[in-house]
Amino acid sequence: MSNDAASSSAGASAKPSRKPKYSKFTQQELPACKPLLTPGWVIAILMLVGAIFIPIGAIALLASNSVVEIVEQYETSCLPANITTKEARIRYIQDDTTEKSCPMTLTVPKKMNNPVYVYYQLDHYYQNHRRYVKSRSDKQLLDGASTSNSDLDSCKPLKQFNNTPIIPCGLIAWSLFNDTYLFSRQNSAPIPVNKRGISWKSDRDHKFGSTVFPSNFPNNLNRNESSSAFIGGAALNVSQPLSEAEDLIVWMRSAALPTFRKLWGKIETDLQAGEIISVNITNVYNTYEFGGKKKLVLSTASWLGGKNNFLGIAYLTVGVLCIFLAIVFFLIHYKTPRPLGDTSYLSWNRKGNVNGLS
Amino acid sequence: MFFGRNSFLSSQEEQPRTENGERIGHGPSRSSTGSRSDGSAHLDVSDPSFESFRELVSGSDLQSEVFGAPGSMQSENAPATARSRLFSVISSKGPQAHDRHPSSSSGAGGPALPAARTDARKERVVYVDNPGRTNENFEFSGNKVRTSKYTLISFLPRNLFEQFHRVAYIYFLLIVILNQIPQLAVFGRLASLFPLLFVLVVTAIKDGYEDWGRHRSDREENNRLSWVFQNGRFEPKRWKKIEAGEVVKIFQDESIPCDIVLLGTSDANGVAYVQTINLDGETNLKTRYARQESASKHPGLAPITGKVVCEPPNRNIYDFVAYLEIDDTQAPLGPNNIILRGCVLKNTAWIVGVVVYAGKETKAMLNSSGAQSKRSRLEQHMNKETLWLSFFLLIICIAGGVGMGKWVHDHDSDLNNFPYYKKRDTADKKFMYYGPFGEGVFAFLSFIIMFQIMIPISLYISMELVRLGQSYFMVRDVEMFHAPSNSRLQCRALNINEDLGQVKYIFSDKTGTLTENKMEFHSASIGGVDYSNVLAAKISGTSDSSDGMQVEGSHLKSGVRLDPNLLELLQTEVTSSEATFVHRYMLVLAACNTVVPTRHSGSLQYQAESPDEQALVFAASAYGYTLLDRTTSTIVLDVLGEQKSYKIVGIHEFDSVRKRMSIVVECPDNTYKLLVKGADTAVMDIIARPSEQVESGSGSLADGHLQAGVLFATQRHLDFYSTQGLRTLVVAFKDLGQPEFEEWHEKYKRASTALVDRVKLLREAASLIERNLALLGATAIEDRLQDGVPETISSLRNSGIKVWVLTGDKQETAISIGFSCALLTPDMEKVIVNANTKELCVEKLKSAIREHGITETKDVHVVEKNLNAVKGDSTRKKQLALIIDGNSLVHALSPDVEELLFDLAVACRIVICCRVAPLQKAGIVSLMKRRTKDMTLAIGDGANDVSMIQTADVGIGLSGQEGRQAVMASDFALGQFRFLKRLLLVHGHWNYQRLAYMVLYNFYRNAVFVMMLFWYILHTAFSAQTALFDWNLMFYSLIYTSVPTIVVGILDKDLSHKTLLGLPPLYGVGQRNESYNSVLFWATMLDTLWQSLVLFYVPFFTFQGTTIDIWGMGCLWAAAVVVLVNLHLAMDVLHWTWITHAAIWGSIVVSFACFFVLDALTDKGFIAHYRVMFHMASTAVFWLNILLVIVVALLPRFCAKVLMQKFWPSDLHIARELELKNRAAISEFVKSSAPSPRMVELDDVPYSDKESKEDE
Repeated sequence: MSNDAASSSAGASAKPSRKPKYSKFTQQELPACKPLLTPGWVIAILMLVGAIFIPIGAIALLASNSVVEIVEQYETSCLPANITTKEARIRYIQDDTTEKSCPMTLTVPKKMNNPVYVYYQLDHYYQNHRRYVKSRSDKQLLDGASTSNSDLDSCKPLKQFNNTPIIPCGLIAWSLFNDTYLFSRQNSAPIPVNKRGISWKSDRDHKFGSTVFPSNFPNNLNRNESSSAFIGGAALNVSQPLSEAEDLIVWMRSAALPTFRKLWGKIETDLQAGEIISVNITNVYNTYEFGGKKKLVLSTASWLGGKNNFLGIAYLTVGVLCIFLAIVFFLIHYKTPRPLGDTSYLSWNRKGNVNGLS
Repeated sequence: MFFGRNSFLSSQEEQPRTENGERIGHGPSRSSTGSRSDGSAHLDVSDPSFESFRELVSGSDLQSEVFGAPGSMQSENAPATARSRLFSVISSKGPQAHDRHPSSSSGAGGPALPAARTDARKERVVYVDNPGRTNENFEFSGNKVRTSKYTLISFLPRNLFEQFHRVAYIYFLLIVILNQIPQLAVFGRLASLFPLLFVLVVTAIKDGYEDWGRHRSDREENNRLSWVFQNGRFEPKRWKKIEAGEVVKIFQDESIPCDIVLLGTSDANGVAYVQTINLDGETNLKTRYARQESASKHPGLAPITGKVVCEPPNRNIYDFVAYLEIDDTQAPLGPNNIILRGCVLKNTAWIVGVVVYAGKETKAMLNSSGAQSKRSRLEQHMNKETLWLSFFLLIICIAGGVGMGKWVHDHDSDLNNFPYYKKRDTADKKFMYYGPFGEGVFAFLSFIIMFQIMIPISLYISMELVRLGQSYFMVRDVEMFHAPSNSRLQCRALNINEDLGQVKYIFSDKTGTLTENKMEFHSASIGGVDYSNVLAAKISGTSDSSDGMQVEGSHLKSGVRLDPNLLELLQTEVTSSEATFVHRYMLVLAACNTVVPTRHSGSLQYQAESPDEQALVFAASAYGYTLLDRTTSTIVLDVLGEQKSYKIVGIHEFDSVRKRMSIVVECPDNTYKLLVKGADTAVMDIIARPSEQVESGSGSLADGHLQAGVLFATQRHLDFYSTQGLRTLVVAFKDLGQPEFEEWHEKYKRASTALVDRVKLLREAASLIERNLALLGATAIEDRLQDGVPETISSLRNSGIKVWVLTGDKQETAISIGFSCALLTPDMEKVIVNANTKELCVEKLKSAIREHGITETKDVHVVEKNLNAVKGDSTRKKQLALIIDGNSLVHALSPDVEELLFDLAVACRIVICCRVAPLQKAGIVSLMKRRTKDMTLAIGDGANDVSMIQTADVGIGLSGQEGRQAVMASDFALGQFRFLKRLLLVHGHWNYQRLAYMVLYNFYRNAVFVMMLFWYILHTAFSAQTALFDWNLMFYSLIYTSVPTIVVGILDKDLSHKTLLGLPPLYGVGQRNESYNSVLFWATMLDTLWQSLVLFYVPFFTFQGTTIDIWGMGCLWAAAVVVLVNLHLAMDVLHWTWITHAAIWGSIVVSFACFFVLDALTDKGFIAHYRVMFHMASTAVFWLNILLVIVVALLPRFCAKVLMQKFWPSDLHIARELELKNRAAISEFVKSSAPSPRMVELDDVPYSDKESKEDE
């Protein structure tokens, strides 16, 4: 309320002027650049995009093509020939008594420079399912047994076993991949696989405790001690801290998509072209329940990562498309030029339109 | 700061610096009745036009619009009228008559009798100078006022309570609650609370800041001091401590702390002058009276014992019913005996009064609430699209839910063995598994939580902020500052800025809106002779009064046009009949009015309630008849240097039925004279006809033949004046014979003291003597057009806006004004509808429609097309102008005829309605509002425009000469009519463009994000998993992308103001909804679909079958979407200032900074995401993906834009090209292809090269 109406009927002139102060800002007249998509600009922009994209595409394609990749799908080929139904396969995979090693040979198509990465690839495996992604306790992975019970709630349904908390708890750790591969050359000289340094350093240092050891882990139980339903995957070395269990660390970085690869190890020798490598696969991981495929992948890497032509092709396509569009727009502009600011295009100037105004 | 929220008390900052104002609700036809000599003239209920209008509106929605609005005092005038009729009905029954004590003091005319709702049992008794006894029941409020809403303690609960009244917040809350259910928890607890907390906190800070300002002013107000009688003398006391019943003393220029009943004043007659500008915005001084019974008493001398019995507190500031019981006598009190809080005492040394209402019970405080809220057209459309978005949301959630259900159903038997599902826990109990149907339902709810931002809640907050910013610039536009009245644009309504860009119809008042409402005496017709030769002279130079005082109208032009012949005639001593006419004429001008002369630092000033009266008094003064003093009983005139005193015997105030004012004075020579002035129709009827028997008392001037000549000549002059657009009044007088005087005097005395039917009795007394008058002549007052009105109107017309003028003027005046302000042009064909009966009216309308080939149809556009088709003929029919008068409108607005009126009016280029009553103005606006979808705008300056302003979509008030009711009721207030052009064509256009784009962009921005999330769930077995980190999800619309939209919404500028003003048709973009419509919405949604697919699938195909982890992928998506939507915006920005650059690029930088910071935190809530962004950003694929996403996503939009501009360029685009090309081209173009010769030229300042060439 302003009762200080000092302005008597006559003395109102004493009031200060309310004239707004002039500034370029308040008058909305700040210097500005006003881009307009004139034909010249349009063609230039499209040409530029084309000029940038085509080389990138070419380089990316080259990089992808330089990658040598061997993919071997083995989840059916490693089964005895008589096992064909789903039930039989599950029974087979859950039976600890049968020998499951599966020898295979791979031919190196091109020279593979070291390091050669060894991946396993799983298809149709929803590591990104919400139940699965949530089913872990990052706190426990770092702090171990001192983690409060409520922090472990997220681990359900694999929170505790026999009323004792599972370390590491949760579906992810429980379902750890446990197929193994033994590589050897033709002359049966084994090819060593380095399983160190396959996980992120930041994970090892900050996410997985160096004092946390697995305990009460259902996979470590003998299948006879418990229902086979509680054996999900690999057992863990109880004397190895989690921060060194790199397979676990890799596995627990849930994949984004249902088809994914995970790094299993690195072969640190070159593989020569034409060389035949034998692999002894222990096929024990159960993907038969959900019909998932298992693949063993040996691959070199480029600056762009693994073998994937998508980026290169996409860049090339878009680049070519842009050049094409640039030409089309140039032709359009050339054939039917519209002078800049042609006022006859204004709605009220167009023929047959009297609606604008009269 | 926060415009429009302030109570009317606090908006005094915008006071117009005018001297003269006008009280609320004057008669329906102003210029003809002219002599609004009566301040209290209410819109009279017995006015036939008003009666039928009421019938007309009863039952229609107009009634609620016009008669409703109880929250706003500015609408008081309409209900006041309705109520006064009610009162007169009730009072004639008179069950409570003894309770009412209408004031007998002058000026209490009009039907403002006590409120019937006053319950006798609820009356309040105030014991004078006895606050203890008065307040012993503690029922009366103290004087402490609180306009603030909150206290420190109540702030949190109350603010939260108010905030949750908004549906949006409830939606937020529900989402948060849903998220707390474990089965549904998509987000972490804290993260899910964040959006709600954010908006709550932002809103609370805004509310708290506003309230803090109110707290401060309250504190200041409450601690002011006034002199209160206590302990036997007057002592200063803080306002908040003042109680009802106390006696206070106020000195000159002090504010009144509470509502007080006057007991005594420094004036012997008990007169006090107050300024009520804080209350009703009127700037003239009002007189208030102390009762004679108490005037002589002074609490300092002897204790006053008595009581005031008054009605309970109410908000009607023009009414007060009470009586004062003092010394065993009862004296009635009326509105003239009370001074309200907020007034300022003027020209009176001191007053003493007793507090009757204090604090929140004062009328001022009771009125200080209620700002109407309107919703803009754009927002209404937007809500429709929001519903569509809700529908999309529902669809994708249902799709997700069904997908989940089906997936679970298909795998039901195996689920427990899926390593990634496992429906039983280690104790072999079911874990969160509810079967296909249950899982589907839970998934559906989870998706609602996940996709919640599909409904752009943040948009509402952004829009408020953008409008605030737009208002900031509108208010500060120097081009819309009016120096003489020292007024800027005021934005009183915050939420309809963009409506200014879509106006199709403008309804304009005339007086004070198109004209200046600064009345100047123009011509005089005296005794049949026209004196209109012009000789501008300073009033001071001609005023040869003895003491050499100066008369200066502080804001009126001091120059008065003087006719030398007339001047000469007055100053010669010859007594011809001509001179007698002239002298009497001048006497009427000087005496027959309610102007109060006041002296201010030696110079004489006139306080007039109507500018016309002031002009007349000035004119009389210039010719030597100076009004020196006026009290309730005498008028002192300086007649050619000689002071003469006239005793006032009786006054018949102006009312809208009689449309005249008369005054009976006893002249110095002890004769009684009746002086009359009024509207020509009202006075000509009571002029003595030559054929009639002339009564003896009328004197020589009433000689039959002479009168006949005068009558004829005066009538001719009147007609001539009106065609000149002048406001006319007729002046008459009569010598009263003794018997006639006695008879009248007796009746008058009885009438003026009557408690019941006083108005009626007074009117009867008036009719006794107001007959057989001698005609003296007529006056013509010029009300000049405001600067730039013709240019503004032609610009508005060129911009496709239809301008209607609604005026109280006579038809001839209206037409002449129409020509002078470029509304009417000679090539237009005028359709004049002027009918007194309904049949005639219908017939006229029908014939006009037939004649001009207008098809009767409800569809406006068809009408326009037909009309255009007609126009397209080789003969090319003339444009139509409809001129319709108030009487015809009474019939034309009735429900069965209004369609005819509508069809005709829509087909006409312009419409002028003359002699319309205030409610008819509202009725016309309401008609257009109901029948078209087009935006209506009403502009006016007076109380009579209030209902129209409130009815229209956009109401604009001019802070002009007539007080501030119009401004109070308006959404925007301007200083001058000409600013309307800039307000609409420039700011309106910008506001509309900006907000329209912003809304579409916000829809896109949220939808593209949600769709991107949706595609992912197709690859997660329909589980509600996002790859994005919780905090990125929450920050997306609040931090990562919000600032640029707001900045662009405030600052982007499609065209410069010069272009917009130079090419008014560009305004049509808004009228045709070109920047926001369903087509654009669906096109945007299609684009959104494409962009979301690109956003999702480019990374998907890149990383298919690689080691990418979910959070790494999420980082890529988050980064890509943030960069994409910001670049999308950048692509559409038309006006890059450094602020825009800072906002857009800054936003991207800030987002990336957030990504990195969030991924560097190792807290429990963040560890899952630890270092992910660092890993991703170190790969080339990440950056190549972002680049690819952006180019592929934006390419279709880019091409569409190019093709649109190439083949279907919009007007705006061409204009932008023109701007780019050069300035000269525009000027040339404007000259060559202007659709109308009246196209406004652009000023010749060339564009600065910087502005237009910078981009080349």
